[in-house]
Amino acid sequence: MNRSFIARNPSVLWFLLALSVFTIVVTVLSEVTGVGLISTSFVKTLGKTLCLCLIAIAMDVVWGYCGILSLGHFAFFGLGGYAIGMWLMYARTELIVVESLANAPLPPTDKEVVDAIATQIFGVVGSSEFPLLWAFSHSLALQLLMVVLVPGLLALVFGWLAFRSRVTGVYLSILTQAMTLALSLYLFQNDSGLRGNNGLSGLQNLPGLDAVPQSVISIAFFWASAVALGLGYVLFAWVVSGKMGSVIRAIRDNESRVRFLGYHVESYKLFVFTLTAIVAGIAGALYYPQAGIINPAEIAPIASIYLAVWVAIGGRGRLYGAVIGAAFVSLLSSWFTGGSAPAINLGFYTINWTDWWLVLLGVSFVAVTLFFPKGIGGLFDLIVLKPVADRQGDYGPDKGAWRKEEGEP
Amino acid sequence: MIFRLICCALTLCLALSAARAQDGGAPLQALLQANADAVANPSRSTVDGLLAALLEADLPSVPLFLERWRDRAVYLRASDGLFYFATQAEGGFALTDVDTGADLGRADGTDLTELRPNAGVRRAIGSALVAFQLLDDDPVKRLAALDAIARSPAEDQLEPLRLSIDEEPDPALQARKIRLERLLSARFAATADERIAAIESLKGDLGVDARAVLNLILTTSPAVFTTLPTDRNIAAVLEPGSKALSEAEAYARLVEADLSPPLTGVATIRDALIAAIADGQVAGIPVSTLTTDAAREAAYEALAATGAVPPLVTLEDQAAALTAHQFVLIYAESDPAITAAAEETLEAILFNVGLNQTADLTLDALSLASIYFLAAIGLAITFGVMGVINMAHGEFIMMGAYTGYVVQLFIPDYTLSLIVALPLAFAVTFGAGVAMERLVIRWLYHRPLETLLATFGISIALQQLAKNIFGTQARPLTSPDWLSGTLTFNEVVSISMIRVAIFVLALLFLGLLIYILKRTRLGLEVRAVTQNPGMAASMGINPDRINMLTFGLGSGIAGIAGVAIGLYAKVTSEMGTEYIVQSFMTVVVGGVGNVWGTLAGATLIGFLQKGIEFFNPSNTLAAQTYMILFIILFIQFRPKGIIALKGRAAGD
Repeated sequence: MNRSFIARNPSVLWFLLALSVFTIVVTVLSEVTGVGLISTSFVKTLGKTLCLCLIAIAMDVVWGYCGILSLGHFAFFGLGGYAIGMWLMYARTELIVVESLANAPLPPTDKEVVDAIATQIFGVVGSSEFPLLWAFSHSLALQLLMVVLVPGLLALVFGWLAFRSRVTGVYLSILTQAMTLALSLYLFQNDSGLRGNNGLSGLQNLPGLDAVPQSVISIAFFWASAVALGLGYVLFAWVVSGKMGSVIRAIRDNESRVRFLGYHVESYKLFVFTLTAIVAGIAGALYYPQAGIINPAEIAPIASIYLAVWVAIGGRGRLYGAVIGAAFVSLLSSWFTGGSAPAINLGFYTINWTDWWLVLLGVSFVAVTLFFPKGIGGLFDLIVLKPVADRQGDYGPDKGAWRKEEGEP
Repeated sequence: MIFRLICCALTLCLALSAARAQDGGAPLQALLQANADAVANPSRSTVDGLLAALLEADLPSVPLFLERWRDRAVYLRASDGLFYFATQAEGGFALTDVDTGADLGRADGTDLTELRPNAGVRRAIGSALVAFQLLDDDPVKRLAALDAIARSPAEDQLEPLRLSIDEEPDPALQARKIRLERLLSARFAATADERIAAIESLKGDLGVDARAVLNLILTTSPAVFTTLPTDRNIAAVLEPGSKALSEAEAYARLVEADLSPPLTGVATIRDALIAAIADGQVAGIPVSTLTTDAAREAAYEALAATGAVPPLVTLEDQAAALTAHQFVLIYAESDPAITAAAEETLEAILFNVGLNQTADLTLDALSLASIYFLAAIGLAITFGVMGVINMAHGEFIMMGAYTGYVVQLFIPDYTLSLIVALPLAFAVTFGAGVAMERLVIRWLYHRPLETLLATFGISIALQQLAKNIFGTQARPLTSPDWLSGTLTFNEVVSISMIRVAIFVLALLFLGLLIYILKRTRLGLEVRAVTQNPGMAASMGINPDRINMLTFGLGSGIAGIAGVAIGLYAKVTSEMGTEYIVQSFMTVVVGGVGNVWGTLAGATLIGFLQKGIEFFNPSNTLAAQTYMILFIILFIQFRPKGIIALKGRAAGD
C-alpha cells in the first residue's frame, strides 16, 4: 500500500494523456487557429460529449462501483443546467433591459429594471414577477454555488430517505426513476417558476461577450469541459481506489456482510450518491451553455436510462469504460439520427438509419448485456494482462454485484 | 317594356290574391280584418280582447302572426287595407301572405305602414304566444316552447305556463312544466310568500338551472357607505385587506365612486416627472439623481408644492380613507326574507351536490384504479411473483392495442372484432413474452438490474419498430355502440360505459388470476418455483417451463389490458411508456408478490390521483407530481408495500 496513487491507477495517467492530446488536436484543427477542419458546431458537439462523459463517470461510480442503479442522475444534470441557465438568462436580459431603459427620460430605478427583466423572461408563461426560485439569479457566484448545492442537497435528502429505510436493488432504481419523473413533470408546469416547457433558452450567448465570436467561446467551453472531465476522472479514481474504494465495491457485492463487518453502509452509499450527483450537476452546468437551451424534457426518465446504457456498453466498473461508452454511443447516435449514415438497400426494403437506429441500439444493448457484460472497455483486458484471483462464482449475492464474466481478465 | 309587363303581371297577381283573401280562403286575414282597428293601433286595453279572439279561432297560422306582429314585421297596405308580412328587400318590401306564407312579390314602401305595437302590447303578445306554443297539439312544439322558456325565462311566461300545466297530457312534459313553473315562480311570482315557497321547493334539486336561478336571486353588487344604511338588503360587510377584498381593490372602489383621489402610483409619479423635466431638472432637482423611488417621491412632492401636479396620495392616505368607509355587498333583491330563503336553499343544494360529486369522484377513481390495475396486473406476475423487471411491459400493452387495431382493419363489425381481438391480443403478447423469456430473461435470473436494462433495450427497439410499421400518428381503436354510451345516475353522477366495462374486465382478471394462482396445478407450481426453485425442481417441477408460462401469462394479460386501454385512449407507439412507471409504482406500493397487493396499490393510487385532481382540477401535471412524491414518502414508511408478504413466502 506504499505505492503512489498514480502507480496504483495507471489508467489515470493514460487517460489524462489521451484527453490532453485530444483537446490539443481539436483546438489546433478548430476555426480558432484558422485551420477550420473542425466546424464550430462540431466543437460544441465534442464539448457536450465531454460533459456527457463526465456524468457517465459519475454514473459508473454509483452503479459500477457501488451497485446502486440510479435512474435519476440526469435530474441532477438538469438541475445544474437550470442553475447556471438562470444566471445566464438573467444577466443577458439585464444587459438588454438596461440598454433599452438608458434612453428613457428618467434614469431607471432598480425596481423598474428588475420588473422589466421579469416581464422579458416570464412573458411566455404569462407572468411578470420573479418567483422566489430566482432570488439568487442576479449573482454568478451564488448561482455557481447553486450548481453544486441544489443537486447535492436533493441527492442528500433523497439518498438519506432511501438508504435509511434500506430500499435497495430494483426498488431503488424505480424510486430514483420516480424522482426524476416527478421533477420533470413539476418543471413542465408553467407556474413552476422555470418557464414550463419553454425551458431556458439563449444560453449560448454569454452576457457581455457579444463581441467574442462563437468559435472562441465554443473552444473555451470545450477546454472547460475537458478540464472538468480530467479533474472528475482523477477525483473518482481517487474515491474508488484505496480503502474507501474497497468498501464501496464490497457494498456492491455483498451489502449485508459489509454491514456486519461494522461499516456504516448508509454513510458510504450516501457519500457516493451525493458526490456523483454534484459532479452530474457540474457536468450539466457545462453542458447546457453549449447546448443553448434546457427544458424539462431533458430530465425525463428516458435520459437517465440512456446514461445507464452508455455505461453498460462502455463497460461498468471501470472509469475509462464509462467515458468510452458515453462518447461512442452518443456520437454514433448523433451520426445515425443526423441522417449522415448511408441507407442500406436490401432490394425489397431500404433501411433508413433515422428509423432503424433505435432498433439497432436496443438490440445491440440486449446483446451487450447477454454476451459482453464487460462492454467495450473489456477489450483493454486483452492488451493489459493483470493477475486476477481465480473465482468460481459471481462476486456477490447483491442485485448490483459483478457477474463472474465481468471479473475475468 | 318588358319591365312594365312584369309590373302589370305582378299587380294582377296581388289583386287576385287579395281578392282570394277576402273570400274565406284566408281565415286569419278575415279575422284580422274584423278587428282591423285593434290590430293596426293596438293598446293595452284593446289587445287582450283581440288576443282572446285569436286564441279562440285556433288557426295554425296564428302563432307565426303573433311572433311577426311582436317583432314589428307586419305591415298594413293602404291600397287594399290588408295585413301582410313584409321584410325590407331590394326595391321596396318583400310581401308574404299572413295565412299561407306564400310569396306575394314586391311592394313599394310608400304604400305600407309598419304596425308598431308598444312595449306593453308586445309583452301581452309574447305571453299569448307562449300560451299558444305550450298548448300546441304537437308535443315536439310544446317541448321546444319549454326549452325556449328555460333558455330565457321572463316574468310574463309564468301565467301561461301555470295555466298549461293542467292541460298537459304527457306526464314527462307535465313534470318538466311543473319544475319550470317552480323555477319561474322563485324569481317572478307576485307575492313574497309564493316566491319563498317556490324557493324552498327547490331543495334537493340537483339541476344546474336551479342553482342558476338561486344565484340570480342572490345577485349582489358592491357599494361603499360612510355609515351602514338600514333600508337596504345587505349581504355582507367586507373588511378591506381580507381575502374577499384586497386593500387595493377597496381603494379602487373609493376612487371609482369619486370618494377619494387616485393613489399616486409609481407610473403616475414617473409620467408627471417626465412631463416636468426642464433643463435636465425637475423642480430644481437634477434628473440624474432620481434613481430611487424615494427620490422620485420627493421630487414629486416638490412639484406638488409648486401646484403643477395634484398632491401626493400615499399608502397612509389610502389606509385612512379605507377605515373611514364601509364596504358592503348589497342584494339586488330587496326582501331579506326571500334572500334568506334562497341562501338556505342554495346551501342545502350545494351540500347535496357535494355529496353527489363525491360519489361521481369515487366512480372516476374506481375506474382509474381499474385501469391501473389492468396495466399493472401483468407486471404483478412477472415482477411481483417472479422478481423479473420487465421494462418492455408497456410495449406489450402497446402490442395488444395494435393487435386490436389490426383486427378492426379486417373485421369491420366492432363487437365481433372486439371478441376476436381480446384472445388474439393475449396470444400475440403471450408469444412475445415467452420468446423474450427464452431468449433473454432466463440468462439473467438473479440479475434484476441487468434484466431491467436488457428489457429496456427491447422496449426501445419494439417502440421504434411499431413506429416504423404503423407510423407516428395515433391509430383509432373504435368501441362498439353498446360501449360508447354513458351510464347516468343523475345530473351530477355519470360514467361512460367503456369505463364500466374496464372495471368489469379488471374484476374478471382479478378473479381469474386468483383462481389460477390458488386453485390450479399451474398456480401451485408457480408459487413453489417462486419460493424455492431448487426444492421445486427436486419435487419434479420443471422450473424452466413454469417460468416460461408465468412470464407468458403476465405478458398476455398486458396484451388484453392494451386492447382495453386502446378503446378509450388513442393507440400510439408511445402509449406503453405512459403506463410503465405508474405500473411499477402500483406494484411496489401495493406490495410485491401478491395480486391483492396490486389491487390495493391500484386503488390507493387511483383514489389519490383523483383526489388531488379534485383539489387542483386545472393542473393534472401537479397532481402527478404530488402523487409521485407521496409514493416516494410512502415507501419510506412501508418499504414492502401495503400488503407485505410474511414468513417464508417473503423470501429474503
